[in-house]
Amino acid sequence: MSYHFQPDRSQYPQKKADGTLDIDLASGKYLKLWQGPQHPGITGNMSVELTVCGDEVVEGKTHVGYLHRGFEKLMERRTFIQCFPIVCRVCVPEPDFNEYCYAAAVEELAGIESPERANWIRTLILEMGRINSYLMYLGGQAGSFGMGVIGQWTTYARDLMLDRFEELTGARIYHMFILPGGVRDGLPEGFEKRMEETLLEIESTLGDVYDVMFCNAVFKKRAVGVGFIDPELIDPYGVTGPNARAAGVASDVRKDQPYLVYPELDFEPVIGQDSDIYARADVRRRDTLVSIDLVRQMLAKMPRTGPLMAKIPNVLHWKIPRGETYIRGECSRGEYGYYLVTDGSGYPRRVNVRGPSYTHAVALLERLIVNLDIADVAGLMVSLHTYPPEIER
Amino acid sequence: MKEELKKRIIKGPDGFEFEVDPIRDYYCEARPAVEPPAYMKIVEDLFNWARAESLWILGFGTGCGAIEMRPLMTPRFDAYRFGVQWRPTPRQANLFIISGYLSVKTLKRAIRSYEQMQNPKYVIGLGSCTINGGMYWDSYNTVKRLDDYLPVDLYIAGCMPRPEALLAGFEELKRIIRAGEGEGANRYAENFDWYKANQKRVIHDWDMPDYNW
Amino acid sequence: MQKLYAKLNKLFPLGELTCQRENLAFVTVSREHLRSVLLHLRDLEGFRHLVLLTAVDWIEEGAFQLTYLLSDRTEGRDIGLRVMLSREDAAMETIHDIWPTAATYQRELREMFGIDFPDSPGVNEEFVLEGWVDIPPNRRDFDTKKFAEENFGQRPGRETRDPANHMKEQLYPDGA
Ligand code: SF4
Repeated sequence: MSYHFQPDRSQYPQKKADGTLDIDLASGKYLKLWQGPQHPGITGNMSVELTVCGDEVVEGKTHVGYLHRGFEKLMERRTFIQCFPIVCRVCVPEPDFNEYCYAAAVEELAGIESPERANWIRTLILEMGRINSYLMYLGGQAGSFGMGVIGQWTTYARDLMLDRFEELTGARIYHMFILPGGVRDGLPEGFEKRMEETLLEIESTLGDVYDVMFCNAVFKKRAVGVGFIDPELIDPYGVTGPNARAAGVASDVRKDQPYLVYPELDFEPVIGQDSDIYARADVRRRDTLVSIDLVRQMLAKMPRTGPLMAKIPNVLHWKIPRGETYIRGECSRGEYGYYLVTDGSGYPRRVNVRGPSYTHAVALLERLIVNLDIADVAGLMVSLHTYPPEIER
Repeated sequence: MKEELKKRIIKGPDGFEFEVDPIRDYYCEARPAVEPPAYMKIVEDLFNWARAESLWILGFGTGCGAIEMRPLMTPRFDAYRFGVQWRPTPRQANLFIISGYLSVKTLKRAIRSYEQMQNPKYVIGLGSCTINGGMYWDSYNTVKRLDDYLPVDLYIAGCMPRPEALLAGFEELKRIIRAGEGEGANRYAENFDWYKANQKRVIHDWDMPDYNW
Repeated sequence: MQKLYAKLNKLFPLGELTCQRENLAFVTVSREHLRSVLLHLRDLEGFRHLVLLTAVDWIEEGAFQLTYLLSDRTEGRDIGLRVMLSREDAAMETIHDIWPTAATYQRELREMFGIDFPDSPGVNEEFVLEGWVDIPPNRRDFDTKKFAEENFGQRPGRETRDPANHMKEQLYPDGA
């Protein structure tokens, strides 16, 4: 039997009258395939249940929950300050956004204003975290298309940044630095110089990555035109961050609703237009360069003296009056937010974490995955930059 | 129980009908067996030396700790020089690093992955979450003591442990194996019923065979 | 925000308004009007982005609060709609046809709070939990500590101290 190339895949499989897919597993034509949770091509720990026909995916279903720890429940039985060390564990590659959003939400409800200098340091940490997260993404994206060496380079560059984090905060991954009321410490001596060296190194790595990955014919062949997100889908599917910007929608919380010291910094959100895997990777690469520039600007402008902590009440008896608020920030994957409800007691009534992956990895992925080749599934998943722990918390 | 695991009648291509019970028919029912040491001490020592020098890790990151594995694969920490490398499938691996908290849902997959690994096999528990629950000590969805469910050879404490701690852990595990004490798989086989009882106590919808190769 | 509220209030009977910041406000809406308010906000006021949908358990008042947070990206403002449901047989109309992503949120609410959303696709499938036997875990009356102690084997030797008492004893041993 010869193989017939079917140019328009979108008509298969046929739909039944009620709109569901006409898939009969017993016919032997379709196969169920689990990708994950134990699968190296998976971002983090989730799985996709694929129904394939030959090499073509006809249906995908995301399964999450492998990392569920019940954060929202745990925070309800911890005092406000006890929540602070656990919030960063919600998201591993970029933990600082949890700390910032939580701290800002508590400050807002308690009527505390964090000092100017603390805001600068917070912004610095957030941008450094963004660079880290993007570097990790670039390695993963290249790795998902079989270019392992780029992962080695970017992981090395990320390690340098982790060293700077270690200098500043004392920890590599979980910094626990931004606490409600301010930050724990100022910059160490000679930090600017070492940071500059690190940034130069990262820039040169990014140059190499550009040459080897973005100019690579194989990568282009596999990434261009695959995983297209229609700009129409942006709003119904709640797409944010680089995924939306690669579709030509200028949605960047740093510009739309500036927080911390972003109004004083000079930058333009990066916009792409093709909205495929290649465009998203490129938006993230250019965004990394923007972040590097922002770090430089901040180190030059930052005030070196001043208080680091606002006065906060005795944390053991800290009660916050009834209220609710939502704080958002632009993390490397999109809009990250904390919805905090207090009820006048010493414990939060409810904390809800809005991770960008929540919409990207479930509803959007299930839609984009249809009619893809099995081999491209990993690339698509990485290109949405999903990170499971923030879906299930 | 899932639809595909229920007993059902299947019609063969020749029109013959037969009943299948997937959990019993598709898996081998044999229990794990204890593997006796080689007949001479010197041979067993040689084996243990060889085993210690080739720790192949299953690439299954189960918690936050997995993020510190990636730097280990790069030239800066370079775990490969210790004979450590990462494999994508359980069949090729002999070291399972439980890298952090295990939710009940992952525990199920971790047990299956562990049982599919070939003997001899070792388990490292990484981070305080595997030791006593860590900061999720009161969480309703994470297990608190890993050694109730899998035979752990070594714990690495910390939240999260640095890559250097992992390297030290590998060295220590090698020492344990060379001394002939890395008998996790045999312990698992000997106390199989105890482990299974513990596992079934937390996994409320047990829908897999008791032992899967 | 006040202007928007005044405008909306002419069309729909609205509950109280809480202005949290100048670009974030929360409004209480009755259950019957929620759908039309959502559609109005989405189509006519530019709140086209559903940021989140979540629930708060006010167990003392016997009610669940559902929060629909909408965002207007061009103007940079947000509005949260609060809907109060009774805790008994909590159920709510689905909005997955307005925002497809809402189906995911509704699946989670169904699992974590036990709020039913009839007709939402896949709402009864397990989302993050597997083989859960107790009451939905995010309800206030579910005691996670007790559940963890009964369900999981604990390693002996863990000490838990009340931070306030412990600090007092450490810092002021003679009870100042
Ligand atoms: S020990 Fe710490 S770093 Fe490791 S899994 Fe637990 S919380 Fe995460």
